[in-house]
Amino acid sequence: MENKKQPLFSPANMKLLSKPLGRDNPITVQVLGVCSALAVTVQLQPAFVMAVSVIAVLAVSNLLVSLLRTTIPPRIRMIVQLMIVAFLVIIVDQILLAFAFEISRQLSIFVGLIITNCIVMGRLEAFAMTNKPWQSFLDGIGNATGYGVILLIVAFFRELLGSGTLWGFQVIPQAFYDAGYVNNGLFILPPMALILVGVMIWIHRLKNNELIEKN
Amino acid sequence: MENLLNIFISSIFVDNMIFAYFLGMCAFLAISKTVRTSVGFGLVILFVLAVTVPLNYLIFNYLLKQGALVWISPDLAHVDLSFLSFIMFIAVIASLTQVVEMVVEKYAPVLYNELGIFLPLVAVQCAIMGGSLFMQEREYENILEVTVFAFGSGIGWLIAIVGISAIREKIRYSNIPAPLRGLGIAFIVTGLMAIGFMSFMGIRL
Repeated sequence: MENKKQPLFSPANMKLLSKPLGRDNPITVQVLGVCSALAVTVQLQPAFVMAVSVIAVLAVSNLLVSLLRTTIPPRIRMIVQLMIVAFLVIIVDQILLAFAFEISRQLSIFVGLIITNCIVMGRLEAFAMTNKPWQSFLDGIGNATGYGVILLIVAFFRELLGSGTLWGFQVIPQAFYDAGYVNNGLFILPPMALILVGVMIWIHRLKNNELIEKN
Repeated sequence: MENLLNIFISSIFVDNMIFAYFLGMCAFLAISKTVRTSVGFGLVILFVLAVTVPLNYLIFNYLLKQGALVWISPDLAHVDLSFLSFIMFIAVIASLTQVVEMVVEKYAPVLYNELGIFLPLVAVQCAIMGGSLFMQEREYENILEVTVFAFGSGIGWLIAIVGISAIREKIRYSNIPAPLRGLGIAFIVTGLMAIGFMSFMGIRL
């Protein structure tokens, strides 16, 4: 209870927000949530919607689980957590179906897969079960944003190099195509997402030497 | 018959859970350090997929779908509970995982210790939930097709994890740039394997 008097946006709390963006990134460092991360990154728009959905689900579920953390019996906590997450994801799915039907079709099963997204379970287990609601809420936003950032970076390169567009708008001028430039079709296909993430991990670890594995 | 074979082959090679949809990547990268463990884990996934997907198919078709409750009384024809499908699917999967965990603990304690936290985490495996969601989305015609699809996906997953773990066992002896070691190279190798698997694209029997 020592941080009872802490202001809401104290440095310690802000760290919860900023750490997952860099040194503690859920995808490149904690290897959580890669599952659904890659399939939605062919274009920026679905990737953005996915990122926002994950931020909403993770922040709220972290908050709810943290509020309930003393009442959930440890033996069945997994099921309780799953139910909370599933309930939130159903709401997100229905909202997407109602207001963004096209994108919801594009994301297909991957909205449902937020339930089993390792980030959500991982953060609930590792953070929300042992921390207070406000901190958990921030942790949820921070981690989901870290996830979203990777998603957007991958989507940026895949859309730019794969189809020459960004957010659906043509960015590579027609003159380039006339001069013989061709879109790299490989970027639209799944394998390139994996390789891009691999390269991002590489760059990330070049900057943060302490993360290098021993092999 | 031909249709079934087609579903089987395409769910193993063309629509491979890992290489085409990246489902279950977390465990895939974390477990695939030795071939022995990954065979065990792959079999667990295969089993859970093969049981939960047909089970969820029955639940979806006889309880949740619009008009699915007609067998109780014709008045219920307009009831559409399909928005509940996520929560039902995950409940089925989580409870089955609990059973599998107990069985593995009893009969294969070595495997149980090696898998550690990842065994209970089968409940939140994207591959398994993904199997059920694909079943719902692709609208297979009968339970036989669904079972074949579930089996095929499980086998595809097994092949993928055994393949990558064999490669990673060898990679340990090679000189990789330090920042790329471990996770980074695993991603890139998976990407290259996925390119290899793309050669199966378009196969139809």
